Amino acid sequence: MTKIDNTTRYERLRERYMNGDIDRRSFLGLIGAAGAAYGLVTPYRALAQDVTQVRFDGWGGVVSEAFRKHAFDPYTAKTGIEVVDGTFGGGDEYLSRVKASQPGEYNIAHLSGVFDYARYAGLGLTSELNEANIPNLEYVIKKLVDVYRPITDGKISCVPYDYGTTGIAYNRKFISDEEMQEKGAKILIDEALKGKISGWGDWRTRIWFGALQTGQDPNNATDMEAVWDAIRAHRDLSLKYWTSGAELMSLLAEEEIYVTEGWSGRIYALQEQGHDIGYMDPPNGYGWQECLFVLKGSPMEACEELLNFMLAPETSIAVAEGQNYPPALDPQKVDLGAKIPTLPAFDPSGTLEGLTFADPTYWNGNEAEWSKTFGRVQKGY
Amino acid sequence: MSIEARERRQPWILLSPALTAITLLLFVPLLFIVVYSFWLRTATGADQSGFFLDNWREALSDPFYRDILLFTLKIAAITTLVCAVMGYPAAYFIARSRGNKAVLLLLLMLPFWISYIIRTMSWINILGVSGALNTLLLWAGVISEPIQMLYNQTTVILGLVHFLLPFMILNVFVSLDGIDVSLEDAATSLGATRWQAFVQVTLPLSLPGLAAGGLLCFVLAAGTYITPLVLGGPTDAMFANLVYEAIITQLNWPLGSALSLMLLAVLGLLVMIYNRYLGMAQLMKGLG
Repeated sequence: MTKIDNTTRYERLRERYMNGDIDRRSFLGLIGAAGAAYGLVTPYRALAQDVTQVRFDGWGGVVSEAFRKHAFDPYTAKTGIEVVDGTFGGGDEYLSRVKASQPGEYNIAHLSGVFDYARYAGLGLTSELNEANIPNLEYVIKKLVDVYRPITDGKISCVPYDYGTTGIAYNRKFISDEEMQEKGAKILIDEALKGKISGWGDWRTRIWFGALQTGQDPNNATDMEAVWDAIRAHRDLSLKYWTSGAELMSLLAEEEIYVTEGWSGRIYALQEQGHDIGYMDPPNGYGWQECLFVLKGSPMEACEELLNFMLAPETSIAVAEGQNYPPALDPQKVDLGAKIPTLPAFDPSGTLEGLTFADPTYWNGNEAEWSKTFGRVQKGY
Repeated sequence: MSIEARERRQPWILLSPALTAITLLLFVPLLFIVVYSFWLRTATGADQSGFFLDNWREALSDPFYRDILLFTLKIAAITTLVCAVMGYPAAYFIARSRGNKAVLLLLLMLPFWISYIIRTMSWINILGVSGALNTLLLWAGVISEPIQMLYNQTTVILGLVHFLLPFMILNVFVSLDGIDVSLEDAATSLGATRWQAFVQVTLPLSLPGLAAGGLLCFVLAAGTYITPLVLGGPTDAMFANLVYEAIITQLNWPLGSALSLMLLAVLGLLVMIYNRYLGMAQLMKGLG
């Protein structure tokens, strides 16, 4: 039997109607039914048909350009599968989009750390990667991979890609290195700097630094009231909370603020631009990793092959140099070139012993309550 | 089918595409939001379906939401007032100008060609510590150190006025343009001064346009979240920011739905009051 496409089908239907073979009501009914069927089936087509494209969502900018040049285009040339790359402004926003989508609509995302991984797992959005299809995974720091396994019963739904820290960035014109070393995280609640302080409007970061300012373990704060008070103090001294990396850079570069926490890669970019901005990771500073996460309902083999392209040392290194965050590649196994060892947070040993990562069980267990409370504290309560 | 029956059906047939679109794109999503508002968010962020009044109880009884709602209405009211005071003279000038009315209206529409977010962010380059205004004042020797002008309630209102002023001007203009200028001449020929003629003739006749512009400005200002996010300080959040946070940051769609319906109800009430006293016809004229 010959298969006909929808256009031909509609043309034949119209012809029958024009010839008087079917009445108007039946004609309109059939058109409507065809439209409804198309609308209902389309979201699920990705699951049923041959894979022609894979969707990747990330942070955009230089990272996307590096991915396009070093991973997506070679991948398409080899497999014939097109990579559609989208961007998002933040992990929370992306999760909302995924939650509202159909399975298979989104495939791979460049997500933050273990915390988000656990969140996706909690929502049943994980997939199961066949690690044999990703040989380049062997170059990745083992500790970064293993941290995901307990969350998904020993399997993984992502590959680690890079890591960094959220430390304290300060303008050296107004704050000396000595003052910074002396005050540490408490500089963010120093009244002498009122109106020249900022911070990320992210509840996790605020609580983390609130814990540091009150001398507590960020992964096990026992006096939360003290932490909230520190967050209130910081709020009252702040000019504003920043909401994106671009805004962070602008506030520091324009000298609207003198001190804030900042993402290591963004601060390095400011330093590269010639701004005299210092960066310090206080003891127990906030370490994090990013991963390439494959969502449930995605074409697994195609995604695994793309991940392998993205993990290839030349791609990983190019992306790392573009975004100024060290790659997840083990420096003991791969030569990372000249620039990467100079990046903040880089660990030449590959053990990452010096970084403190968020404990996903602790943070996810308190997520609902703390994110809500922070929403209030942030607004003056 | 009789002619009367056919005539009765005809408007509905003509209206059916619009009604279908409104039903599918407005009422059905709204219905989803209503249903969602009775669900619950579980600890993992997933939704638990059912009929729970928790979100509504929280939204209606928690003073936090009431205070932010009142703050939002206050900001929207100030913005509307500023738009009215600034927009009326501009609309009057355009309506009474001879020959170049089309050019002036085109100039009025120009800002709409630029993204609202870009327009809002442009204030950072104007009012920032290294912005145009501080640079000018420093250069002129008026100040010795940059003034901190950004990230407060005033800049939020400024950003909103910048966004909404054209809506006010257009509505007032439509109203003024429809008033016969000879009425003012008649009033002056009967002994009224130009000011009295304006206050007792033109202004009352243009009030529906002013009210329509006011309603639009108020509703749009009360529903915004970008402006306080970009130009506001830590405590300048408006009600729509709460909806954004509930849905995006906290992944609490049920509570976000209840909050958005609460805002919708308050603004809907205002529209109903407007419709009761002034009718929607004027608003449609202004929008057209």
